[in-house]
Amino acid sequence: MSAHAHSEDGHSADGHDFAHPMSVQTLLAVFFALTVLTVITVAQASFDFGAFEVATVMFIATIKAVLVMAFFMHMLADKPFNAIIFIGSFVFVGLFVIFTLGDSMMTSHSFEPRVVELAPAVAEPTITTVDGAP
Amino acid sequence: MSAGSLPSGSQVRDPGYPTPSENYLTNSKGVLSWIFTLDHKRIGVMYLVGVTVAFGVAGLLALLIRLHLFQPTGMVFQGEEANNWYNQVFTLHGAIMVFLFIIPSIPAALGNFLVPVMLGAKDVAFPRLNLCSFYLWVFGALFFVSALCASGLDTGWTFYTPYSTTTDSSVILATSGAFILGFSSIFTGLNFIVTINTMRPPGMTWFRMPLFLWATYATSIIQVLATPVLGITLLLLIAERTMHIGIFDPEYNGDPVTFQHFFWFYSHPAVYIMILPAFGIISDLISVHSHKRIFGYRFIAYSSIAIALLGFLVWGHHMFTSGMSSLTTIIFSALTFTVSVPSAIKVFNWLATMYKGSISLTTPMCYSLAFIFLFTIGGLTGLHLGTLATDMHLHDTYFVVAHFHYVMVGGTLVAFLGGVFHWWPKMFGKMYSEAGGRLSALLVFAGFNLTFLPQFVLGSRGMPRRYATYDPEFAALHQMSTWGSMLLGFGLLVALVVLLRSLKSGKRAPANPWGAATLEWECTSPPPFYNFERAPTVGDPYDFSNLEWDAENERYVKIEPAREIVPEEQPVTEPVHAEDSK
Amino acid sequence: MSTIEASPEVGHDEHGHDHDHPPFLAHHFDTPEQQFDSGKLGIWLFLVTEVLFFSGMFCAYAIFRALRPEVFEGCSQFLNTKLGAINTGVLLFSSLTMAWAVRCSQLEQHKGLVGTLAATLSCAMIFLGVKAIEYSHKFGMGLLPAGLFFYDPSNPHPTDHPPYLLYICAPFALALVGVLIWLVVSAASGNKFQFAVAKPLSVVCLCFFVGVGLGTVLESGEDSADHVDVHADPNGLATASVMLEAEKSAEAEAAPAIAASGAMVPVEESVLEILATDPTNVGVVSGLNALEQQTAAAGTSTVTGDGEILGAVTTTEVDVMTPTTAGVFFSIYYCMTGIHAIHILAGIGVLVWLLVRAVRKDFNRQYFGPVDYVGLYWHLVDLIWIYLFPLLYLIR
Repeated sequence: MSAHAHSEDGHSADGHDFAHPMSVQTLLAVFFALTVLTVITVAQASFDFGAFEVATVMFIATIKAVLVMAFFMHMLADKPFNAIIFIGSFVFVGLFVIFTLGDSMMTSHSFEPRVVELAPAVAEPTITTVDGAP
Repeated sequence: MSAGSLPSGSQVRDPGYPTPSENYLTNSKGVLSWIFTLDHKRIGVMYLVGVTVAFGVAGLLALLIRLHLFQPTGMVFQGEEANNWYNQVFTLHGAIMVFLFIIPSIPAALGNFLVPVMLGAKDVAFPRLNLCSFYLWVFGALFFVSALCASGLDTGWTFYTPYSTTTDSSVILATSGAFILGFSSIFTGLNFIVTINTMRPPGMTWFRMPLFLWATYATSIIQVLATPVLGITLLLLIAERTMHIGIFDPEYNGDPVTFQHFFWFYSHPAVYIMILPAFGIISDLISVHSHKRIFGYRFIAYSSIAIALLGFLVWGHHMFTSGMSSLTTIIFSALTFTVSVPSAIKVFNWLATMYKGSISLTTPMCYSLAFIFLFTIGGLTGLHLGTLATDMHLHDTYFVVAHFHYVMVGGTLVAFLGGVFHWWPKMFGKMYSEAGGRLSALLVFAGFNLTFLPQFVLGSRGMPRRYATYDPEFAALHQMSTWGSMLLGFGLLVALVVLLRSLKSGKRAPANPWGAATLEWECTSPPPFYNFERAPTVGDPYDFSNLEWDAENERYVKIEPAREIVPEEQPVTEPVHAEDSK
Repeated sequence: MSTIEASPEVGHDEHGHDHDHPPFLAHHFDTPEQQFDSGKLGIWLFLVTEVLFFSGMFCAYAIFRALRPEVFEGCSQFLNTKLGAINTGVLLFSSLTMAWAVRCSQLEQHKGLVGTLAATLSCAMIFLGVKAIEYSHKFGMGLLPAGLFFYDPSNPHPTDHPPYLLYICAPFALALVGVLIWLVVSAASGNKFQFAVAKPLSVVCLCFFVGVGLGTVLESGEDSADHVDVHADPNGLATASVMLEAEKSAEAEAAPAIAASGAMVPVEESVLEILATDPTNVGVVSGLNALEQQTAAAGTSTVTGDGEILGAVTTTEVDVMTPTTAGVFFSIYYCMTGIHAIHILAGIGVLVWLLVRAVRKDFNRQYFGPVDYVGLYWHLVDLIWIYLFPLLYLIR
């Protein structure tokens, strides 16, 4: 960084140096998309995807997250290093959750004391099936 | 390198000595100028004082432990509450050492001082955040001291559930303190990453940085990624104690091992926070004091980053006996072996650097040699513990205690001392007594080995850790260990006295007493408060070819060959067509 | 021998008044762009720490949801989806206004900047207001973290509880009163700057109560629908009908599955079986009988002592509304949303500081860093809520 770097060295095409103001259309378009996706998220709750419940929900949430990150947080227009470190942190989150959750699921059945309190006053045994139960 | 005479006609470049109004230690006076300083060098000095005091307190606790263990039935604590006292002492020893000394010591005390100066910059990227980190450290320290004085903490520094959630000792005070200290660590790391990324001078590409900066960078990555997980773990522990949220409590369908997963996800990378800066110091020290370019610069740089990243994959090796599934234990054991490779690469590179170098056995070099020996033992014994089958027998024995003391004390502390002795002239402008320094290195080395080598034997023979009393068969080894700890303590005292005496009566330090080529030696000792008027020219940080020993002034100086004016003929003074116009 | 060109008479301060060194440029940076890039990297790193911080709670959530999916399904009924969706919408809108504020600061539109910052703050307050309703409602019903849980299906809305909503709203009411007083005082004393700050702040503080009002309206609307269903049918929604894990554990123990015909499938303890054929081994016989009854109770048929089958029971209704099960769900709920709310509060504090600076016209096209950085933090808070909402509120 030379001491004589003047503002014209930056992106002077629009006279805004190193700033990249976003256009109002982009902002509003992203907001609209996010709102639509939120509506979809709430709507999907009425359907039952069984084992894919969490995956569906996380998928839609991730699309929203990507929109927020790319546009509102300027990740598209920024230095790639910032994006790399932020997305990279999710790798570590994944590592942590997968190992801990995996180990927990592998060991829980062997020692869990199944503290189950049965519902009171179940007079006669009824044959009921549970939706989506295996 | 000639033995003292400077080549005739050569130009000597040396910054000289600072005036009192430039010297960062004296440019502004009064306590307030220190309390509210934004100067990274002053903050580094305050950290140095702070971590030394913390080390002193925790060190005394350690001596108390060793004194108590001199006899099988316990020599210091007697009566009904003896074991309780003992538990509190080893808990506080561990917690203060880990959170208040080892983790902050090199990055905060030395790193804060050196990182901007090595970069030729005027300060770190966020000076106010830097001061904030320091005050967070002080605040956290106060919490720990109050935990000491309150209803004594006795859970061990690892705060394992379910004991930590049910005991009525001052767990919340201590965990709050650790939480605050975590933020101190995070902000320091954040500051360094940004400083190294954006404030390197022109010409200093990534691979022309001193290796201390690579090590600091890798450490900071770990600090930023791992410490927040400790934060949330401690917060959940506090929530468990106050509101019984239930996630660690089997009665509420929780699992105490979950706490261990959460805790060690931070605490294993934390040990790399402790050792990576030490590696950085040793790389620089060995190269400078062997007057030889570091061997395998890129390998050392890449291995620092590799250790930082691989260190996140192995936390389960602290939990092999806690009830994890077999598949998990096997995976963690296998991954643990991978993380030993980069460390080994470094050791080979240091040895290769020394080979055919011109070694000066100065105090920093003595500490560096001690480091290589002690860290190698520590690292190799880590492999015993990483091997699943042997760890089943060695877990929670004195073998583990010996292993981590070898790497943390024999590694980090020895490197820290070496670094302090190496950069002391730069930081305070005084030279210390070499004889005294070397004596301290010898005493520390001998005392340390006498203390902890017997503990490997104790552990493999079955002596469990954290026990206040033991079977008489272990008595001889314990006594050896206790005598060693006294020697170690004495050696450390000698080091302290040597350094403090230099402040009063040491010789004035030149800018470059060791003949190093990194940028911090191009300003005066001590540096002016603004470090450099403008960024210095960046050369190769490990190229010593243009440094000569100036015997008359007892210092190293940068030599430039005598300048000749080329071409020989003088420029024409009259215009070309002057004759025509005449 | 050359010495450094130090001129101690030229104090350090002089540098600040260099034409190359405008006052908003810190002394240790060379150019405004370097300062901006440093700050940007710094705030992204801070966001990384925030992601890792929340990851612990997401991990706890994952563990518990994987182990107890029925608990999560049962308890999610108590979370008002409408309010959650409104909060999501409000936060998304605040993200929009925040990004717009960054744009205004880059274009030096000072009035726009103040307006968009005030809008962001107002949305944050509405969010908190709705949260206040949600929390106070649940506190009253006893839906608390496991150690404090006291929900009783037969008396879901006890009326003898302390006025939680009042306690939560009190500090905000105080803030509103304080700001209004400040507004009046600054108007009276003619202090234009203070008046310009107090005006948007009073709107912001009012919005908290807008949120409370919104929450009250929607929560009471809910009462007539969902809550009635839930409370009238404690054995329906509040108890999850599950395929018993006991059956799974029965399989895990390799206990014999007793077929509907009642025939005894050879057990692994074949020695005991052999011994049981001798009727004088009374202990072994009754022991095996007991084992058979246990596994049958866990299995698909009920066998009484004399070998009669009463019919297959494929499900048992498990009450999940206990401290050890639902309590854990609510522990996780409060931890996650609570820490998220603390981040919103911190964000509000920082945004107020930004607002003051914006009124003071501190920002220009070369110095808009603080707005950008706070914006990034705010978007992260929004991001976390984007994940929290479906994971907590939309489990069916």
